[in-house]
Amino acid sequence: MKARTRLALFAIPVVGVAALLLWSFAGLPSFGHYRGPYGNEINAQAVPRRHTTNAVAAVNFDYRGFDTIGEEFILFAAVMGVSALLRLQRQEHKEESPLEHARAHASTEMADSVAVVCMGLVTPFVLLGLYIVVHGHLTPGGGFQGGVILASAFLMVYLAGRYITFRQLSPKGLLDAGEGSGAGGFVLVGFVGMLAGAAFLENVLPLGQSGKVFSAGTLPVINLSVGFEVGAGLLLVMWEFLEQALMVRS
Amino acid sequence: MDVMPYVLAGWLFVVGLYGIVTSRNFVHLIMCLGVLQSSTYVLLLEVGYKAGGTAPIFFDAKPGPTAVDPVVQALTLTDVVVGVTVAAMLMALALQTHKRTGSLDPADARIMAG
Repeated sequence: MKARTRLALFAIPVVGVAALLLWSFAGLPSFGHYRGPYGNEINAQAVPRRHTTNAVAAVNFDYRGFDTIGEEFILFAAVMGVSALLRLQRQEHKEESPLEHARAHASTEMADSVAVVCMGLVTPFVLLGLYIVVHGHLTPGGGFQGGVILASAFLMVYLAGRYITFRQLSPKGLLDAGEGSGAGGFVLVGFVGMLAGAAFLENVLPLGQSGKVFSAGTLPVINLSVGFEVGAGLLLVMWEFLEQALMVRS
Repeated sequence: MDVMPYVLAGWLFVVGLYGIVTSRNFVHLIMCLGVLQSSTYVLLLEVGYKAGGTAPIFFDAKPGPTAVDPVVQALTLTDVVVGVTVAAMLMALALQTHKRTGSLDPADARIMAG
């Protein structure tokens, strides 16, 4: 199909879609005048009944924890998809060893200042990531955000020009295990609720005192497992793409 | 009544769709999908917003009626991370297409016809 035909075919329905969108927006509550009862209800209940000071985390991992399992498995499936799509093809081969490859490409060195800054950022990123994960039920953050920061800590090692160290620090088997156990951990927490005679994913652990790290029952546990899964999953994605770029030759 | 914030979400949606339809490069196409997807985030956050609202975080604030809807924020937050990994999977598809056809133009990707 020619580009112009495609655009013409697109033009007619898109005008309709835009008109329908505008019409539906006119029916929405006026901007800034929130009507729905659910948000207010959760804001009022999260602290007294769940001892969770982050209402967003209470929705994600407690009230609608089941949805989040679904979301998490989309992430899991996408990471598996990347691994499957980027596996070694029939006509391709890998470089003999990363060390030899790095020696052969020694000319692609970078400025020392970049390497120093990147290596210096690794430890703060790991600490920040862990902090965001374990305080997810108290302040903005949680497993999703903290996991991304943890993954970028490892990426800093690569950005510092140390691909071999990056590979050694994040062995693929460990990443696979981390991603799998992270996803499985969330489901296991759900079964803990059932074992206690309650519903799947019901918050059955002791709630503790609001505002403390050890509070909010199952929330910190779920945040940890989500943090592991997101961190390991994103690292796995980076790992696969970097291997494609640096190691695989056809 | 103020519809402009909603129109912004609609504009992001349509402009992302236009980018996808007219795209001549898979990487560009995936980025346009990201723009399209972000229109849903904007719309969700707008629906839950209250004039003069505060964050639904009660670590150092008393739970009160000024806090905005946490439900739509929860939906947005999970999808941001999931969206990145899905984009990564699409990038992997684009990479393999480029290996086979030597082109990133969707028009050249006849191999996908089966």
